[in-house]
Amino acid sequence: MDAQSAALIGAGLAAIGAGMAALGVGNVFGSFLESALRNPAAADGQQGRLFIGFAAAELLGLLSFLIAILLYLKA
Amino acid sequence: MHQFLVEPLFGQDWAIGGQSIAFTNSAAWMAVTLVVLWIFMLGGMKRELVPGRWQMAVEGFTGFITEMMDSNIGPAGRKYVPYVFSLFMFILFANILGMLPTALFGVHAFTVTSHLTVTGVLALLTFAIVLIVGFWKHGFHFFSLFAPSGVHWTMKVFLFPIELVSFMMRPFSLALRLFVAMTAGHVLMKVLAGFVISGVNAESIILTPLVTIPSFALMIGITVLELLVAAIQAYVFALLTSLYLNDAINLH
Repeated sequence: MDAQSAALIGAGLAAIGAGMAALGVGNVFGSFLESALRNPAAADGQQGRLFIGFAAAELLGLLSFLIAILLYLKA
Repeated sequence: MHQFLVEPLFGQDWAIGGQSIAFTNSAAWMAVTLVVLWIFMLGGMKRELVPGRWQMAVEGFTGFITEMMDSNIGPAGRKYVPYVFSLFMFILFANILGMLPTALFGVHAFTVTSHLTVTGVLALLTFAIVLIVGFWKHGFHFFSLFAPSGVHWTMKVFLFPIELVSFMMRPFSLALRLFVAMTAGHVLMKVLAGFVISGVNAESIILTPLVTIPSFALMIGITVLELLVAAIQAYVFALLTSLYLNDAINLH
Protein backbone atom coordinates (compact mmCIF):
# COMPACT_ATOMS: atom_id res chain seq x y z
CA MET A 1 0.00 0.00 0.00
CA ASP A 2 1.47 3.38 -0.92
CA ALA A 3 1.49 6.27 1.51
CA GLN A 4 -1.27 8.16 -0.29
CA SER A 5 -3.89 5.42 -0.07
CA ALA A 6 -2.88 4.72 3.52
CA ALA A 7 -3.47 8.40 4.36
CA LEU A 8 -6.89 8.32 2.67
CA ILE A 9 -7.90 5.15 4.55
CA GLY A 10 -6.67 6.78 7.75
CA ALA A 11 -8.79 9.85 7.01
CA GLY A 12 -11.82 7.62 6.58
CA LEU A 13 -11.08 5.79 9.82
CA ALA A 14 -10.61 9.09 11.65
CA ALA A 15 -14.06 10.15 10.49
CA ILE A 16 -15.52 7.32 12.62
CA GLY A 17 -14.57 9.48 15.61
CA ALA A 18 -16.97 12.20 14.44
CA GLY A 19 -19.82 9.69 14.53
CA MET A 20 -18.72 8.50 17.97
CA ALA A 21 -18.78 12.11 19.19
CA ALA A 22 -22.35 12.32 17.89
CA LEU A 23 -23.19 9.43 20.25
CA GLY A 24 -21.44 11.27 23.06
CA VAL A 25 -23.23 14.56 22.47
CA GLY A 26 -26.56 12.76 22.19
CA ASN A 27 -25.81 10.98 25.44
CA VAL A 28 -25.02 14.25 27.21
CA PHE A 29 -28.25 15.96 26.15
CA GLY A 30 -30.33 12.79 26.52
CA SER A 31 -29.19 12.17 30.07
CA PHE A 32 -29.72 15.83 30.91
CA LEU A 33 -33.26 15.78 29.57
CA GLU A 34 -34.02 12.52 31.37
CA SER A 35 -33.02 13.91 34.74
CA ALA A 36 -34.40 17.38 34.00
CA LEU A 37 -37.85 15.86 33.51
CA ARG A 38 -37.54 14.08 36.85
CA ASN A 39 -36.59 17.28 38.67
CA PRO A 40 -37.44 20.31 36.49
CA ALA A 41 -36.79 22.76 39.35
CA ALA A 42 -33.09 21.87 39.48
CA ALA A 43 -32.59 21.75 35.69
CA ASP A 44 -31.91 25.44 35.03
CA GLY A 45 -29.10 25.53 37.57
CA GLN A 46 -27.25 22.74 35.77
CA GLN A 47 -27.18 24.32 32.32
CA GLY A 48 -23.55 25.36 32.71
CA ARG A 49 -22.51 21.78 33.50
CA LEU A 50 -24.59 20.57 30.55
CA PHE A 51 -22.58 22.73 28.18
CA ILE A 52 -19.26 21.75 29.77
CA GLY A 53 -20.14 18.11 29.08
CA PHE A 54 -21.27 19.02 25.59
CA ALA A 55 -18.03 20.93 24.92
CA ALA A 56 -15.87 18.04 26.15
CA ALA A 57 -17.75 15.46 24.07
CA GLU A 58 -17.80 17.68 20.99
CA LEU A 59 -14.11 18.58 21.15
CA LEU A 60 -13.06 14.94 20.69
CA GLY A 61 -15.26 14.63 17.62
CA LEU A 62 -13.91 17.88 16.19
CA LEU A 63 -10.34 16.65 16.80
CA SER A 64 -11.05 13.48 14.82
CA PHE A 65 -12.52 15.65 12.04
CA LEU A 66 -9.34 17.73 12.13
CA ILE A 67 -7.16 14.61 11.87
CA ALA A 68 -9.30 13.42 8.95
CA ILE A 69 -8.91 16.78 7.16
CA LEU A 70 -5.16 16.85 7.79
CA LEU A 71 -4.73 13.32 6.42
CA TYR A 72 -6.97 14.10 3.45
CA LEU A 73 -5.08 17.25 2.52
CA LYS A 74 -1.75 15.45 3.01
CA ALA A 75 -2.71 12.68 0.59
CA MET B 1 -13.23 26.49 -0.47
CA HIS B 2 -12.83 30.01 -1.76
CA GLN B 3 -14.74 31.35 1.27
CA PHE B 4 -11.77 30.56 3.56
CA LEU B 5 -9.22 32.39 1.40
CA VAL B 6 -7.49 35.31 3.07
CA GLU B 7 -6.57 37.86 0.43
CA PRO B 8 -5.24 41.40 0.76
CA LEU B 9 -7.71 44.19 -0.03
CA PHE B 10 -5.18 47.02 -0.05
CA GLY B 11 -1.73 47.83 1.29
CA GLN B 12 -0.01 44.86 -0.38
CA ASP B 13 3.34 46.61 -0.10
CA TRP B 14 3.06 47.35 3.64
CA ALA B 15 5.57 45.31 5.60
CA ILE B 16 7.18 45.10 9.03
CA GLY B 17 10.45 43.19 9.21
CA GLY B 18 9.82 41.49 5.87
CA GLN B 19 6.34 40.27 6.91
CA SER B 20 3.39 41.57 4.93
CA ILE B 21 0.82 43.45 7.03
CA ALA B 22 -1.65 44.12 4.20
CA PHE B 23 -5.26 44.89 5.12
CA THR B 24 -6.96 41.57 4.33
CA ASN B 25 -10.62 40.58 4.01
CA SER B 26 -10.20 38.90 7.41
CA ALA B 27 -9.20 42.23 8.95
CA ALA B 28 -12.06 43.95 7.11
CA TRP B 29 -14.63 41.53 8.59
CA MET B 30 -13.12 41.93 12.05
CA ALA B 31 -13.59 45.68 11.63
CA VAL B 32 -17.19 45.13 10.45
CA THR B 33 -17.82 42.92 13.51
CA LEU B 34 -16.42 45.62 15.76
CA VAL B 35 -18.54 48.36 14.17
CA VAL B 36 -21.76 46.29 14.33
CA LEU B 37 -21.00 45.38 17.95
CA TRP B 38 -20.30 49.01 18.76
CA ILE B 39 -23.59 50.18 17.21
CA PHE B 40 -25.48 47.40 19.00
CA MET B 41 -24.01 48.35 22.37
CA LEU B 42 -24.34 52.13 21.91
CA GLY B 43 -28.01 51.77 20.97
CA GLY B 44 -28.76 49.89 24.19
CA MET B 45 -26.68 51.79 26.76
CA LYS B 46 -29.20 54.58 27.36
CA ARG B 47 -29.86 53.51 30.99
CA GLU B 48 -33.54 54.44 30.80
CA LEU B 49 -35.70 53.48 33.76
CA VAL B 50 -38.22 51.77 31.49
CA PRO B 51 -36.06 49.98 28.91
CA GLY B 52 -37.10 49.79 25.28
CA ARG B 53 -36.64 46.71 23.11
CA TRP B 54 -33.06 47.52 22.14
CA GLN B 55 -31.99 48.20 25.71
CA MET B 56 -33.67 44.95 26.79
CA ALA B 57 -31.66 43.05 24.17
CA VAL B 58 -28.36 44.52 25.36
CA GLU B 59 -29.26 44.05 29.03
CA GLY B 60 -30.23 40.47 28.25
CA PHE B 61 -26.71 39.79 26.99
CA THR B 62 -24.93 41.60 29.83
CA GLY B 63 -27.18 39.97 32.43
CA PHE B 64 -26.57 36.55 30.90
CA ILE B 65 -22.77 36.86 31.08
CA THR B 66 -22.82 38.48 34.54
CA GLU B 67 -25.01 35.67 35.88
CA MET B 68 -22.70 33.06 34.35
CA MET B 69 -19.63 34.69 35.95
CA ASP B 70 -21.39 35.03 39.32
CA SER B 71 -22.42 31.39 39.43
CA ASN B 72 -19.04 30.07 38.25
CA ILE B 73 -16.59 32.35 40.08
CA GLY B 74 -18.52 34.28 42.70
CA PRO B 75 -18.17 37.92 43.69
CA ALA B 76 -14.45 37.98 42.77
CA GLY B 77 -15.40 37.34 39.16
CA ARG B 78 -17.10 40.71 38.63
CA LYS B 79 -13.75 42.27 37.67
CA TYR B 80 -13.44 39.94 34.67
CA VAL B 81 -17.00 40.35 33.35
CA PRO B 82 -15.98 43.03 30.77
CA TYR B 83 -13.32 40.73 29.26
CA VAL B 84 -15.56 37.66 29.05
CA PHE B 85 -18.44 39.78 27.75
CA SER B 86 -16.30 41.30 24.98
CA LEU B 87 -15.01 37.84 24.08
CA PHE B 88 -18.52 36.37 23.94
CA MET B 89 -20.00 39.22 21.91
CA PHE B 90 -17.08 39.37 19.46
CA ILE B 91 -17.20 35.63 18.77
CA LEU B 92 -21.00 35.63 18.54
CA PHE B 93 -21.14 38.57 16.14
CA ALA B 94 -18.22 37.27 14.06
CA ASN B 95 -19.88 33.83 13.76
CA ILE B 96 -23.27 35.25 12.80
CA LEU B 97 -21.91 37.91 10.42
CA GLY B 98 -19.98 35.17 8.61
CA MET B 99 -23.28 33.31 8.06
CA LEU B 100 -25.11 36.24 6.47
CA PRO B 101 -25.97 35.79 2.77
CA THR B 102 -24.19 39.02 1.82
CA ALA B 103 -23.14 37.40 -1.48
CA LEU B 104 -26.62 38.40 -2.74
CA PHE B 105 -25.34 41.99 -2.68
CA GLY B 106 -21.98 41.13 -4.24
CA VAL B 107 -19.99 41.07 -0.98
CA HIS B 108 -18.55 37.71 0.02
CA ALA B 109 -18.98 37.04 3.73
CA PHE B 110 -15.89 35.88 5.55
CA THR B 111 -16.07 34.01 8.86
CA VAL B 112 -13.24 35.41 10.94
CA THR B 113 -13.51 32.61 13.51
CA SER B 114 -12.96 29.90 10.88
CA HIS B 115 -9.23 30.62 11.04
CA LEU B 116 -6.96 29.11 13.66
CA THR B 117 -4.85 32.28 13.82
CA VAL B 118 -7.81 34.35 15.06
CA THR B 119 -9.22 31.79 17.51
CA GLY B 120 -5.67 30.95 18.59
CA VAL B 121 -4.99 34.55 19.55
CA LEU B 122 -8.30 34.71 21.48
CA ALA B 123 -7.42 31.46 23.31
CA LEU B 124 -3.89 32.68 24.07
CA LEU B 125 -5.36 35.89 25.47
CA THR B 126 -7.54 33.86 27.86
CA PHE B 127 -4.63 31.60 28.78
CA ALA B 128 -2.34 34.58 29.41
CA ILE B 129 -4.95 36.24 31.64
CA VAL B 130 -5.41 32.99 33.60
CA LEU B 131 -1.64 32.67 34.11
CA ILE B 132 -1.17 36.33 35.06
CA VAL B 133 -4.13 36.34 37.48
CA GLY B 134 -3.08 32.99 38.96
CA PHE B 135 0.54 33.93 39.61
CA TRP B 136 -0.35 37.47 40.66
CA LYS B 137 -2.94 36.35 43.24
CA HIS B 138 -1.30 33.19 44.57
CA GLY B 139 2.38 33.39 43.58
CA PHE B 140 4.01 29.97 43.33
CA HIS B 141 1.12 28.56 45.36
CA PHE B 142 -0.65 28.56 41.97
CA PHE B 143 1.09 25.24 41.26
CA SER B 144 -1.14 23.61 43.89
CA LEU B 145 -3.76 23.71 41.13
CA PHE B 146 -1.96 20.70 39.65
CA ALA B 147 -1.83 18.74 42.92
CA PRO B 148 -5.40 18.03 44.09
CA SER B 149 -5.80 18.41 47.85
CA GLY B 150 -6.63 15.37 49.97
CA VAL B 151 -4.57 13.06 47.77
CA HIS B 152 -1.66 11.01 49.15
CA TRP B 153 1.74 12.35 48.05
CA THR B 154 2.63 9.16 46.15
CA MET B 155 -0.44 9.72 43.99
CA LYS B 156 0.37 13.43 43.58
CA VAL B 157 3.66 12.47 41.90
CA PHE B 158 1.65 10.86 39.11
CA LEU B 159 -1.20 13.36 39.08
CA PHE B 160 1.03 16.45 38.81
CA PRO B 161 2.29 15.79 35.24
CA ILE B 162 -1.18 14.68 34.09
CA GLU B 163 -2.82 17.82 35.46
CA LEU B 164 0.01 19.95 34.03
CA VAL B 165 -0.47 18.50 30.54
CA SER B 166 -4.24 18.96 30.74
CA PHE B 167 -3.67 22.57 31.83
CA MET B 168 -1.25 23.24 28.97
CA MET B 169 -3.74 21.75 26.48
CA ARG B 170 -6.37 24.36 27.38
CA PRO B 171 -5.46 27.06 24.83
CA PHE B 172 -5.28 24.43 22.07
CA SER B 173 -8.65 22.93 22.96
CA LEU B 174 -10.26 26.38 23.20
CA ALA B 175 -8.88 27.53 19.85
CA LEU B 176 -9.41 24.25 18.00
CA ARG B 177 -13.03 23.84 19.14
CA LEU B 178 -14.18 27.19 17.77
CA PHE B 179 -12.07 26.97 14.61
CA VAL B 180 -13.06 23.41 13.68
CA ALA B 181 -16.74 23.91 14.53
CA MET B 182 -17.01 26.96 12.28
CA THR B 183 -14.92 25.45 9.46
CA ALA B 184 -16.83 22.15 9.53
CA GLY B 185 -20.18 23.95 9.52
CA HIS B 186 -19.26 26.08 6.53
CA VAL B 187 -17.82 23.11 4.63
CA LEU B 188 -21.04 21.17 5.28
CA MET B 189 -23.18 24.03 3.99
CA LYS B 190 -20.91 24.36 0.95
CA VAL B 191 -21.24 20.64 0.15
CA LEU B 192 -25.06 20.76 0.45
CA ALA B 193 -25.21 23.88 -1.72
CA GLY B 194 -23.08 22.00 -4.25
CA PHE B 195 -25.69 19.19 -4.27
CA VAL B 196 -28.49 21.70 -4.93
CA ILE B 197 -26.63 23.35 -7.81
CA SER B 198 -25.52 20.03 -9.38
CA GLY B 199 -29.12 18.79 -9.18
CA VAL B 200 -30.39 21.85 -11.04
CA ASN B 201 -27.60 21.66 -13.61
CA ALA B 202 -28.41 18.00 -14.37
CA GLU B 203 -31.61 19.20 -16.15
CA SER B 204 -33.21 15.78 -15.77
CA ILE B 205 -36.91 15.34 -14.96
CA ILE B 206 -36.28 12.59 -12.40
CA LEU B 207 -32.89 13.52 -11.03
CA THR B 208 -33.39 17.25 -10.48
CA PRO B 209 -36.39 17.06 -8.07
CA LEU B 210 -34.97 13.92 -6.47
CA VAL B 211 -31.66 15.56 -5.58
CA THR B 212 -32.38 19.28 -5.39
CA ILE B 213 -35.51 19.39 -3.24
CA PRO B 214 -34.31 17.15 -0.35
CA SER B 215 -30.88 18.80 -0.43
CA PHE B 216 -32.46 22.24 -0.29
CA ALA B 217 -34.72 21.26 2.62
CA LEU B 218 -31.72 19.81 4.45
CA MET B 219 -29.73 22.94 3.64
CA ILE B 220 -32.34 25.14 5.35
CA GLY B 221 -32.27 22.89 8.41
CA ILE B 222 -28.47 22.84 8.53
CA THR B 223 -28.37 26.65 8.20
CA VAL B 224 -30.61 26.98 11.26
CA LEU B 225 -28.43 24.43 13.06
CA GLU B 226 -25.34 26.45 12.16
CA LEU B 227 -26.91 29.60 13.65
CA LEU B 228 -27.45 27.56 16.84
CA VAL B 229 -23.84 26.31 16.71
CA ALA B 230 -22.61 29.89 16.24
CA ALA B 231 -24.34 30.89 19.49
CA ILE B 232 -23.36 27.69 21.37
CA GLN B 233 -19.69 27.98 20.42
CA ALA B 234 -19.56 31.60 21.58
CA TYR B 235 -21.25 30.53 24.84
CA VAL B 236 -18.91 27.55 25.32
CA PHE B 237 -15.85 29.75 24.75
CA ALA B 238 -17.09 32.24 27.36
CA LEU B 239 -18.11 29.46 29.76
CA LEU B 240 -14.73 27.70 29.58
CA THR B 241 -12.96 31.06 29.97
CA SER B 242 -14.96 31.68 33.15
CA LEU B 243 -14.12 28.18 34.46
CA TYR B 244 -10.41 28.66 33.79
CA LEU B 245 -10.55 32.07 35.48
CA ASN B 246 -12.26 30.38 38.44
CA ASP B 247 -9.31 27.96 38.71
CA ALA B 248 -6.90 30.90 38.70
CA ILE B 249 -8.85 32.98 41.24
CA ASN B 250 -10.10 30.38 43.72
CA LEU B 251 -7.60 27.53 43.07
CA HIS B 252 -9.62 24.38 43.79
